[in-house]
Amino acid sequence: MADTLTFDLVTPGRLLLSEQVEMVIVPGSEGYFGVLPKHAPVISTLRPGVIDVHQGGAVTRQFFVAGGFAEVSAAGATVLVEEACAVKDITRDMVENRKAEAAALADNAATDDDRKKAARARWVADEMAAVIARAG
Amino acid sequence: MPSLKDFRVRIASVQSTKKITSAMKMVAASKLRRAQEAAEAARPYAERMEKMLGNLAGSFKGQAGAPKMMAGTGKDDVHLLLVMTANRGLCGGFNSNIIRMARTTIRELRDQGKTVKVLCVGRRGRDNLRRDYCDLIVDSFTEFGRKTVALVEAAQVATKVTDMFEAGQFDVCTMIYSRFKSAMTQIPSRQQIVPFPAPASAAPSVPYDYEPSDKEILQDLLPRNLAIQVFRSMLENAASFYGAQMTAMDSATRNAGDMIRNLTLRYNRTRQAMITKELIEIISGAEAV
Repeated sequence: MADTLTFDLVTPGRLLLSEQVEMVIVPGSEGYFGVLPKHAPVISTLRPGVIDVHQGGAVTRQFFVAGGFAEVSAAGATVLVEEACAVKDITRDMVENRKAEAAALADNAATDDDRKKAARARWVADEMAAVIARAG
Repeated sequence: MPSLKDFRVRIASVQSTKKITSAMKMVAASKLRRAQEAAEAARPYAERMEKMLGNLAGSFKGQAGAPKMMAGTGKDDVHLLLVMTANRGLCGGFNSNIIRMARTTIRELRDQGKTVKVLCVGRRGRDNLRRDYCDLIVDSFTEFGRKTVALVEAAQVATKVTDMFEAGQFDVCTMIYSRFKSAMTQIPSRQQIVPFPAPASAAPSVPYDYEPSDKEILQDLLPRNLAIQVFRSMLENAASFYGAQMTAMDSATRNAGDMIRNLTLRYNRTRQAMITKELIEIISGAEAV
């Protein structure tokens, strides 16, 4: 059996996933990166995107995350996100809702901070749409 | 001497009170279970975030240029107290314990010559503190935790605290809430959240790579950590509240039961006394004839 590492995916609400995996691909803010066992310790922020969990040479699970943090240490990889959902659970309605929310945010934005938040929401929605388009 | 009818009315009213308190106890028990589960489910995230922050903080130790939120403003003149209570009462000493702690803290800080500001989360705390410390309360959130505690609400509080800190309106922020130990025991506690108390652990044994940079990550992580800390204490508070309410309602139900027993006894005694009296009247009337 190939080497494995412990991968934890945690949201504020609950521990979404905690298991031994062969590899995870994480959407780092400076680009996607793969984490294999014995990866160098790294702490990175995340961009909205998809986490691929590899098991037995194939992708077994995919999660969409809206941004957060990843920590890789000798103990394994930990991903902290405020929002995550399985890719197969994303629906077109969800994406549309997100887009509408982002648009509303952008319309009501009064300060630079608000505008930044709106842009971020828009980005998350776009990424979500891209994911769904890829999945067909 | 109350009449028999008075007794019957009182017994009926205590009985309906008992029904209400026992129903409230039931409701609190089921809500407690849910709140407890939520509090436990939130623990891994908070713990891991703390660990990550600890690692980051380790790399900043003794260096200049750490974000203000961690290093502090270098003063501790103005204290902000985040007083977290429930919105409702009927929960024994839950709210008053927190409020008492808040009052002692305010008094202590004032004795030391510090300026105190108060931010209330939960209606009970605001209503009570408003009486004596009206001028200290900067803001209050009273619409929270209607059903369940949401992260969005905690984030709102955290944003407010961050904004105030960035505007230089306080130096140290302490949270006062009730830690959930068991359904019977809740411990009012204080926790400093700004500046973030750097963990005692030494620098990480292995140097981390940071992407984009440690500073940027920290800038991103600290406000989030604040929200998570607030979120966690809100959850603990909610669990404590239901625990306290359950215990309070349980003893209220038991008291009502005692009272009913007592009243019934007195009711029967009075009834018997009246029967005896009537009998005596009849007999002595018959004898007189």
